[in-house]
Amino acid sequence: MNILIYILFGIGLAFNGLGSFALIRFPDVYTRLHWATKCTTFGSIFTTAAVIVYGFARGGAAYHTLAIHSIVALIALLITNPTGAHAIARATYRSGVKPKFAVVDKLEEKS
Amino acid sequence: MPAFLATSIVAYVLYLILTLFTGRVGLWSAGELISGAVLSLIAGAIAYRVSFEKERAGEKSSMRLLNPLRLIYFLLYLIGPFFIAMAKANLDVAYRVITGRIRPGIVRISPGLKTDFGITLLANSITLTPGTLSVDVDEDTRDLYVHWINVKDPEPSCAEVCGNFADWARRIAE
Amino acid sequence: MIVDPIVFFIVAIFFLLFTIFSMVRLGLGPTTGDRIVALDTINTLVVSGMIVLSAAYNEVIFVDVAIIYALLSFVGTLYVARYLEGGL
Repeated sequence: MNILIYILFGIGLAFNGLGSFALIRFPDVYTRLHWATKCTTFGSIFTTAAVIVYGFARGGAAYHTLAIHSIVALIALLITNPTGAHAIARATYRSGVKPKFAVVDKLEEKS
Repeated sequence: MPAFLATSIVAYVLYLILTLFTGRVGLWSAGELISGAVLSLIAGAIAYRVSFEKERAGEKSSMRLLNPLRLIYFLLYLIGPFFIAMAKANLDVAYRVITGRIRPGIVRISPGLKTDFGITLLANSITLTPGTLSVDVDEDTRDLYVHWINVKDPEPSCAEVCGNFADWARRIAE
Repeated sequence: MIVDPIVFFIVAIFFLLFTIFSMVRLGLGPTTGDRIVALDTINTLVVSGMIVLSAAYNEVIFVDVAIIYALLSFVGTLYVARYLEGGL
C-alpha cells in the first residue's frame, strides 16, 4: 500500500511540475492556459487519490472522514477548473488579445 | 416546487456526506440531522431558481438529470473514456513541452446538442482532453469555438476534435 | 503499512516550489490574461497542497477549508474574467 501511495504522489507531482513549467515555456495566453489547466487538474487528481488511499488504508472514523472529504474537494476541483479556464479564455479573447502564430481563427471571422 | 425539493434533497445529501461519523443515529448525530435539514431547506429556497433552468419552448425540463440511469452513464463516462482521453492529453503535454512543436488556431465545431447542460459537459470535456480548449460558444446555435493546439484541418467535423464525446454528452443530457 | 508523515511534508514542499515557479509568470505576464492564468494555477496548487497537508497533520478541517477555497477562488476567477470582458 505504501508503494501505491508513493507512485501516486510521484505521478501527481510530475504533472503538477510540468504544468507550472509550461506556464513559462509557451508563447501566448491560450497555449499556457491549455497546459496550466490540464496538467494541474490531472496532477491534483493523483495527489488527492494518494491521500484518499492513505485515508482508507489507515482505517478508523477520523481517517475515513479525511478520505471522504478529500473526494468532495476533488469533485469541486474537477468541476470548477475547466469552467474557470473557459471563462478566462473567453474574457481574454474579448479583451482583444489574439492567439499568436494562429493558422486559422474562425472566431475573428464571426465578429 | 419540484425544483425546490430537488435542490434541497441534493444539498441535504451533500451535508450528510460531509458530516459522516459524527454520532450514533445511524452514522450521524441527531443535531447534525436536524440542522442539516433546516440548512438545506434554506439553501433550496435561495437556489432553486438557478439550479434547475426554466423550461423553454420545445425543450424538456432539466429535472430529468436526476434520473439514476443518467447518473450511472455519467459515472461510467468519467472513469472510462474521459479518464483515458485525459491521460493521453497529459502524455501529449509532456511531448509538446519538451519539443515545443505547436500549430495553434481557433476552429468552429457544431456538435448539435440541444440542452445547456449538454453543451457545458462537452465544453468541460473538451478543455480537459488532448490539445483543445473551448474559447467561446454561440448561444443560439450552440456551436463551440475551440482553440486547437495542432490544427490538422481548418474546418473540422466534431468527431475530429472531440472524438465520441458529443455522443456521450447527448446520452447523458438529452 | 503506515506512511511516515515526513513524506506528506516533502510533497507539500514540492507544491510550494511549483507555486513559486508559477509566481514568476504572475509577475512577468505581459497581459492581464497571463496573470489570471498564473493565479488560477496557483489556486489549484494551493488546494491540492492543503489536502496533502491535512493528511500530514491529521486535521480534517484543512480539507474543509480547501473545498471552500476552491469554490471561492472559482468565483474570484469568474469575477476577474468578467471585469476583463468589460461586463462589470
